[in-house]
Order: sequence, then structure tokens, then C-alpha cells
Amino acid sequence: MSSEENLQETDTEARFEFKKEQHSAFQSEKGLTEETIRLISEDKDEPDWMLERRLRALKQYKKMPMPTDWPGQPDLSELDVEEIVPYIRPDVETRGGAENWEDLPDEIQDTFEKLGIPEAEREALSGVGAQYESEVVYQNMQERWEEKGVIFCNMDEAVQEHEEIVKEHFMTNCVPASDNKFAALHGAVWSGGSFVYIPEDVTVEMPVQAYFRMNSEGMGQFEHTLIIAEEGSEVHYIEGCSAPKYGTHNLHSGGVEVFVKEDAHVQYSTVQNWSKNTFNLNTKRAIVEENGTMEWISGSMGSKATMLYPSSILKGRGATDNHITIAFAGEGQDIDTGAKVYHNAPDTKSTIESKSIAKDGGRTNYRGLVHIADGAEDSSTSVECDALMFDNESTSDTMPYMEINESKVDVAHEATVGKIGDEDVFYLQSRGLDDDDAKQMIVAGFIEPITEELPIEYAVELNRLIELEMEGSLG
Amino acid sequence: MATIELKNVHAEVAEGDEEILHGVDLEVESGEIHALMGPNGSGKSTTSKVIAGHPAYDVTEGEIILHLEAADFDGIDEIPESARTWNLLELEPNERAALGVFLAFQYPAEIEGVTMTNFLRTALNAKLEERDELLFGEGEDEDEDEDAGYETSPMEGPADEGEVGVAEFQQLLSEKMELLDMDEKFAQRYLNAGFSGGEKKQNEVLQAAILEPTIAVLDEIDSGLDIDRLQDVADGINALRDEQGTGVLQITHYQRILDYVEPDTVHIMLNGEIAMEGGPELAEKLEDKGYDWVREQVYNAA
Repeated sequence: MSSEENLQETDTEARFEFKKEQHSAFQSEKGLTEETIRLISEDKDEPDWMLERRLRALKQYKKMPMPTDWPGQPDLSELDVEEIVPYIRPDVETRGGAENWEDLPDEIQDTFEKLGIPEAEREALSGVGAQYESEVVYQNMQERWEEKGVIFCNMDEAVQEHEEIVKEHFMTNCVPASDNKFAALHGAVWSGGSFVYIPEDVTVEMPVQAYFRMNSEGMGQFEHTLIIAEEGSEVHYIEGCSAPKYGTHNLHSGGVEVFVKEDAHVQYSTVQNWSKNTFNLNTKRAIVEENGTMEWISGSMGSKATMLYPSSILKGRGATDNHITIAFAGEGQDIDTGAKVYHNAPDTKSTIESKSIAKDGGRTNYRGLVHIADGAEDSSTSVECDALMFDNESTSDTMPYMEINESKVDVAHEATVGKIGDEDVFYLQSRGLDDDDAKQMIVAGFIEPITEELPIEYAVELNRLIELEMEGSLG
Repeated sequence: MATIELKNVHAEVAEGDEEILHGVDLEVESGEIHALMGPNGSGKSTTSKVIAGHPAYDVTEGEIILHLEAADFDGIDEIPESARTWNLLELEPNERAALGVFLAFQYPAEIEGVTMTNFLRTALNAKLEERDELLFGEGEDEDEDEDAGYETSPMEGPADEGEVGVAEFQQLLSEKMELLDMDEKFAQRYLNAGFSGGEKKQNEVLQAAILEPTIAVLDEIDSGLDIDRLQDVADGINALRDEQGTGVLQITHYQRILDYVEPDTVHIMLNGEIAMEGGPELAEKLEDKGYDWVREQVYNAA
């Protein structure tokens, strides 16, 4: 597929930070009570079992303590969940896109102007033109997919329309609400997100894309994504996130569950650019059956604090996991990301590549776990994490935990932590690049092994975002 | 005709007060080849870094002046009077590069993930833009650049940004690579990453050929080269002088490269000063008699 087609299918209103007027049909009271949960469930007209799951999750949430004792973890003390309105139903009527760039509201145009995005890209990124067409494209895709039995819909809709399969998979054995405090919170107040079902032996050629934005002050975002890839199927799911800036602390606590059945292949890619006051605390997990392959690709930009460790449970013989993560932390940001892989069967394989960049006192941390169970013979894992710092104020740590309970395995680990080299910068300067451009080139080179694996529009967006972050023109 | 003049240059390591250069005087003109020789630790490399503006050294006394003329640059008819003489010590390293000062490093940096093509085209365009700004006080039409989109892979950079476009640059690059007998695959390799010592040196000369410097300082460009590559590199240096009129200051320990690149002038450095100067025969004499002979000559005569 050409890059142009890729861009055209970008089904998004805008991928960067801007705020729209808040038009909502319904807004729950602040704070988190059983009544709030009942209200949410009632508003969505959910079946009883879902309400029960929500209430159970709420109990879990109330019971579990805040994580505060992880070594070097981000400070969550400023996060006050009670203050965050957990649920807003977006007013669907006013969500339509604009056909022309000129039709976009001034403030959106302004924001793009400030971001310095060239016109050609603005249109693609904002979905102008493509927005209208993408509806058509989407419709066509929808029809073609439906013939093959593919389902791609809103998670809320899935609860109604595909109740049995959702009931079986939704926060049961992949990410139970009891997993961690924020998974529990998510289970209680989740709203929106995507449901993707790929039947046996079906390959979805085009990436399935979904975009989430927070555009109401103090609003939490708790979207749930459930992907089920049946035997021998293949799908690439892309998710982009960006949130506008507001005064109070935002919380994003999404949940992603992926079921990779025998011989299936799922790729999940995301570039997240949350506003600098967002707490981004997610739980993402995949269960991979025999000879299945799960690939996690994530770029973590923005946010005040991020804690994100996509995990794969390699349950069947010969299952494979690939993790690719990029993190960027500027002033006041603490990006704590990593990967978790459980090798629970023989001949399983995982590779983790992580790159992080810290600047102006920002902090990045790689926190990872590779667990190889007793009996998971002939399994192999390779972990590589590199951190690059711009200055002495920035910090970076690497915590690659390994629990190896089987002796017949192949384990490789490599980590580098370094400061951007003065000699390297001088070398590039002596060829005509100014100080900023020289550093930018070094950073682009540093993450190149990862950007070359991203879909083209993501590579473009990521490079652009990093350039903007480095120029200090964001936030 | 470009001239670079070092006048009584004193320099010390920025973090410390040890003076390394104790008053260096040196002048190199367009089209000339100068050899700078001297024992280890005499200040040759420091001289080269001070010219390029390395932040690890402070110049405490003296000046480095660059004189330029329109004829030094392709496609420039006239340089304003005020932009013909520059005190390099007041300029950033990239500004010095923009005015045509080039340093071939003794130990070139390895930059992972940045292809030669991407790097060199970016550098060339940055250089040309900065040069026009310095000489004529104006930038290129910036609005145009802003609207440039990514038409190629983002790893290659925006397709239509800068003066030299992708296609034109590819052409230029393959010409220069052929001249230096370099494999085309170099263009897609990461800048110096995993290059052998000899390949790195070849690459330094290639960069000079692309960036067309007015004055090139080559710091031990001949070290680590086998005889075939020495010939290629020497051809490249001679071409710089003959085709682009570059003035070359070549730092070397050995007579060998001077057989291929014949210097007009040989300077011998001792203890942070130029101790002796002469024609090409001086280098030969040095090869025979060694630096003790120079010391004897200089200090006994004093």
C-alpha cells in the first residue's frame, strides 16, 4: 500500500492537541460512587452482567492501594481520581468533520499553525477532505469486511450487538479488574473504545485505525479495546491518541485486551501524545496461542506521567512476541514504560527493543519483565534498551527484570544509557548544521531502527512530534 | 581568493588552564597546499580544532581571520564589502562551515541511524542557507520551506526542502563517490558507523568534495590508509585544490602522502608554535633527520 493511501485512510479529526467546544449530551457528577457507575451503565442501556462487572471492579478499586512502592516510579500523588469526571458521552450529532480546511474552527487552525505542520500534512492529519472520504472508504471497508465476518465497531455497541463474545472475553482472563488498581478503575468506568473480531483465516489487509481524544476539561478517558483474532487470521490495529491541554489533571486509563489464537498474527501500533498534565496509566495485554504472533509498537510522547507496560502471555508452543517502544520525556515529564512477556510454553520467542530520550530534566525509565516458566524449553528472549539524555538534569533508568525458571533457554540482554555526545554534535556542526539541527539528527538516528518499522504516517508523525518537542514549541 | 590567517593564536583547554598553543602564526590561501608537521603533542590537532571552533578549547589571545572573495563561491558575483573579512573566533562552528571552513577529523564521529545521503544533503543545504544569510544578511524564502511536505520517506527528510533537491544531490553524490573510487553502497550506510579506519578517512574527503570548502584542514587524513586508498584520498585532495580552488592545510606525520599531494609550504610545529617553515624539501629533510634536528636548529639558533 502506498503511503498516500495510508494517509487517506487516516480516520481522525485531528491528531494533535487542540480543544473543541465541549458539547455533550450527558455528563456525570464528579467523583466515583456506585451511583455514578449505575448511571453510566443505565445511560448505555447495558445488560446486567456488565453492570455487575463494573460494580465488582469498583469494589476492587476501592480496596486496592495506590502503587507507591515501585522503585523509581512516577509520582502519582497529584492524581485525584475523585476530581476527575469519569464519564462523558460525546455528543455524536456534533462530531461531524469539516470538508475543507477553511471550515475548521479558527482555534484548530491556530493550533496547527503553532505546531508548524505544513498544509499538505495538516489536511491529512486533521482528516479534512480525507475525513469525508474516509467515511466512504470506511463504509466500503465495512462492507468488504462484513462479507468475511470481520467486526469492527465501538465497544459500547459491541456489548449490545455481540453480547456473547464480549461477555466471554471482556476483562475475564486477559485483564481482570483485579490486575491492578487502574485496571480496576478502568473496569468500573470504561467507556468507548473498539471491538475488533477477525474470523478464522481472514487477513485484514488495511490497518484498522481508531483515534481517541480527550476534549473536555477534567475528563478521564477509559476506553476499552478488545481484539480477537481467530485461528490463522491477521490484523494490524492502529491507535492514535492526543489530548488538548487543560488546567486540571487529566487521567487516561485505557484497557487493551488481545486474543491471538493459533497461527494468528496481531500487530498493535500506537503513538500517544497526551497533553502535559495527563496521567497516562494503562493496562494492555495479549494472550498468544500456539504459533501465534503478537507485536506491540508504541511511541509514548506527552503526558505528565506515563506508566505503560504492554504484556504478552505466550501460552501456546511456538508463540512469538515483539515489542518496540519509544519514549520521550521533556521538562516535568516522567515516562515509565516497558514490556512484560511470560513464556509459558516451549519454543516461545520474544524480542524487546526500547529507546528513550530525556531532555530538560525529563525522566524516562525502562521497566520490563521477562518470565520464562519451568518447562518452557527452547524458548528465547532478547531485550535491548537504549536511553539517550540531552543534559545532566535529565535522568534515565533501566530495570530489566528477568525470571528464568528453565535452563534450556537462550537469553540475551543489552542496555545502554548515554548522554548525547559533544564530539558527535561538534562533528555535525562542523559540517554546517546548527546546534539544534545536529542534536535533532542524532536523535532521529537514535530512534531510526524503530521508526523504520512504523507505518509511514506514524513515522512522519513521530519524527515531527519529536522535532517539535526538541524545539520546545510544544507545551 | 580566500585566505585564512592565524595571528599569534594562544589557546588552552576550556576546563583547565593549561595553554597548548603559545602563539601560532599561519596563513593559507586558496589553491595552496600547506603541510603542518610536528611531533606528538606539539599542538597540530589543537590548531585544527581551534580553527573549526571546537568548544573544548578557549582562544585566549590572537585572532583567526578569514578573507573571502566572490570568486571563492560558485554562482556568487559579488560579496558585500562588509562580508569579506571575518573573525572566525566570533562565529559558531556551523557558521564557520558555512563560510567554507572544513575540518577533516582525525577520528570522525560515528552517527548511527543517519544515512550518508540524508546527512550530506542536510548539511549541504544548511550550509548554503547559512552562507547566504551571513554574506547577504537574508535567509532563503522561509515560508516556502515551511510548506514543504514529506514526499519521500521521513528518514530521507522532506523532499523539497533546501536548495539542493534529492535528485540533484544523488547526481552530485555519485559523481564525487566515483572520483574517490567509493562503492555506491556507502550512500545508504549510516554515517561512519562500522566504517574501517580507511573508509572513514575516505568519507572525510568525500564530504569535503561535496561541501566545496574554501579552506580545508585535514587532520592526519593519511593515518590508517593502505596504499591504494592513500592514492584515492590524495586524488581527492588534489581535486579539491585543482577544481574547487580550495586552500588545504594538511596535518601529517609522514612524508608518504606528500609524495602524492605536493605541498607548497611545509610548517613544522614544536611546543605550540610554528618553529620552522620551508618548501617541500623541508619535509624530506625531516623524514631523514627527525625532529631533534629541528630542535637543534631552532633552539641553537636562538
